[in-house]
Amino acid sequence: MIRPFYRFIRAREKLMKVLFLLSSVFAVLALLVIFLFLMMRGIPSIANIGFFRFVFGTRWSVSDPNNQSFGILPMIVGSIYVTALATLIGVTIGLFTAVFLYKFCPKKIAKGVRQLINLLAGIPSVVYGLFGVMVIVPFLRNNVSSNGMGHGVLAASIILAIMILPTIVSITLDALHAAPEHYYEGALALGASKERAVFGVMLPSAKSGVFAAVVLAVGRAIGETMAVIMVIGGSPEMPNGSLFQSIRTLTANIALGAMEATGSILDAMIATGVILFVFTLFINVGFNLIKNKKKKPNKKKKPDKEEEATDEVG
Amino acid sequence: MSEQPLINVANVNLFYSDFQALKDINLSIAENEITAFIGPSGCGKTTLLKCFNRMTDLVEGCKVNGTITIDGQDVFDKSVDVNLLRKDVGMVFQKPNPFPMSIYDNIAFGPRTHGIRKRKDLDPIVTQSLQRAGIWNEVKNNLFKSALSVSGGQQQRICIARALAVEPKILLMDEPTSALDPISTGVIEELCQELKEQFTIVIVTHNMQQAARISDKTAFFLLGEMLEFGETQKVFSKPENEKCERYITGKFG
Ligand SMILES: Nc1ncnc2c1ncn2[C@@H]1O[C@H](COP(=O)(O)OP(=O)(O)O)[C@@H](O)[C@H]1O
Ligand SMILES: [Mg+2]
Repeated sequence: MIRPFYRFIRAREKLMKVLFLLSSVFAVLALLVIFLFLMMRGIPSIANIGFFRFVFGTRWSVSDPNNQSFGILPMIVGSIYVTALATLIGVTIGLFTAVFLYKFCPKKIAKGVRQLINLLAGIPSVVYGLFGVMVIVPFLRNNVSSNGMGHGVLAASIILAIMILPTIVSITLDALHAAPEHYYEGALALGASKERAVFGVMLPSAKSGVFAAVVLAVGRAIGETMAVIMVIGGSPEMPNGSLFQSIRTLTANIALGAMEATGSILDAMIATGVILFVFTLFINVGFNLIKNKKKKPNKKKKPDKEEEATDEVG
Repeated sequence: MSEQPLINVANVNLFYSDFQALKDINLSIAENEITAFIGPSGCGKTTLLKCFNRMTDLVEGCKVNGTITIDGQDVFDKSVDVNLLRKDVGMVFQKPNPFPMSIYDNIAFGPRTHGIRKRKDLDPIVTQSLQRAGIWNEVKNNLFKSALSVSGGQQQRICIARALAVEPKILLMDEPTSALDPISTGVIEELCQELKEQFTIVIVTHNMQQAARISDKTAFFLLGEMLEFGETQKVFSKPENEKCERYITGKFG
């Protein structure tokens, strides 16, 4: 015989189980719906425009209903260009920052600086955009630009570089701290300077962590929208290499159009979304491949080896 | 200069913040000798060893007074280039610590650090260092394999080769065999005997037989003090210090 109290507990347990299940179903469902929505609206639209004309078309023009053209190659190139430049700037600065915080400044300061850098990650992207419009763009226009333009490729890349900095710094720093300290001592004991020990031994031992940081940063940069729109200019032009050219990224293309677009134009936006989705998918898969790859040698390790004889991170 | 000892330690006191880890240490070490440091854990053997190549610099709040001279040069003098000092005074750690890179790159790391970059200059150094460390035959076909893929004893000999590759005068070894099996230990002990011809060796060991087998001089430490120092044979047959005798005969420690 079950007393009412226990019956209540059992019922509650069941209810919780259902709740947990529903919650996880919700997450999966959301992903599924977004995916289906993108595919169901986007793929017919791509087919309509013609895959090659869409992906390799160099002209994007939607304002004149009689002379529309939906080529997003400029935006694909634009996204890759801006992301690559931002990653180059962000990773360079981020690596040096991480190395500095790792061995070249007092521990207390390192802790403080690291927290400040992590604060950067919490700033909304529209604020980055404002900062870009009000500080970076005028600065570039007045001091650097060759054509009187402050908006464009470089401004967007700088803003993105700042935005990815926290990711690079904190993951790289964690990876450096996870690398065994006795490598560092070993290098110093051979007469290596601090720089030599860090760049010659510690950073290479942390390389899978650094790589993970770069991939995450690329993912963040390629998906960023608001801050980019505010400083990139937004012309659907093919990048010509100039750092001060007004161009458009895939994200900017969607956001700029999606507010007012209807009909076939809206479909083209969604189709752009599909392409962006494919890009980020590749980055994610790449990230997971790296993560799994760096774990493998660990598992294959023979038992007679030292447990710390490994360059894994995390 | 032959009567002047290679290493001379005079009135050395060392503090980790408030804790005094070395108390008024005096000893001298002659060239091409093996000196063993023995004593129970925590008595300051590693600490003294690390003074010789100033690895103590890495410890925050570590203060040393007194003088340590190597070849007549005070190692704690401000004018000393600590990187050059460490090139002259190589170190092998308790735990084998090869870098996570190929065997070749491990050995070449030191020479590269000191400006030797060309492959044709590095190759003979790598070969010779591995030969001196008695591991050439075991790894010569796998020079480009990860140094972490070999056994612990081999890793330790790679670390010895790595230290030898920068042509040090002195080799400091901090319990180099404590993490190894008896066979690897024997190999490294033999190696020490050979290396003694060209280098001066200071070895920390927990193993009394090891100290007795391979060293010329032995220093016994207890709680930061050096209680006995002399010819190994004499230290092990008739130690002057009563605590040293009890330690050697296994009555404590
Ligand atoms: N980095 C450090 N900071 C503070 N105390 C230390 C440090 N390293 C060693 N000590 C202390 O100094 C003493 C001597 O240590 P150590 O030289 O490592 O001894 P041994 O090598 O003889 O076992 C020990 O009491 C140890 O706790
Ligand atoms: Mg020790």
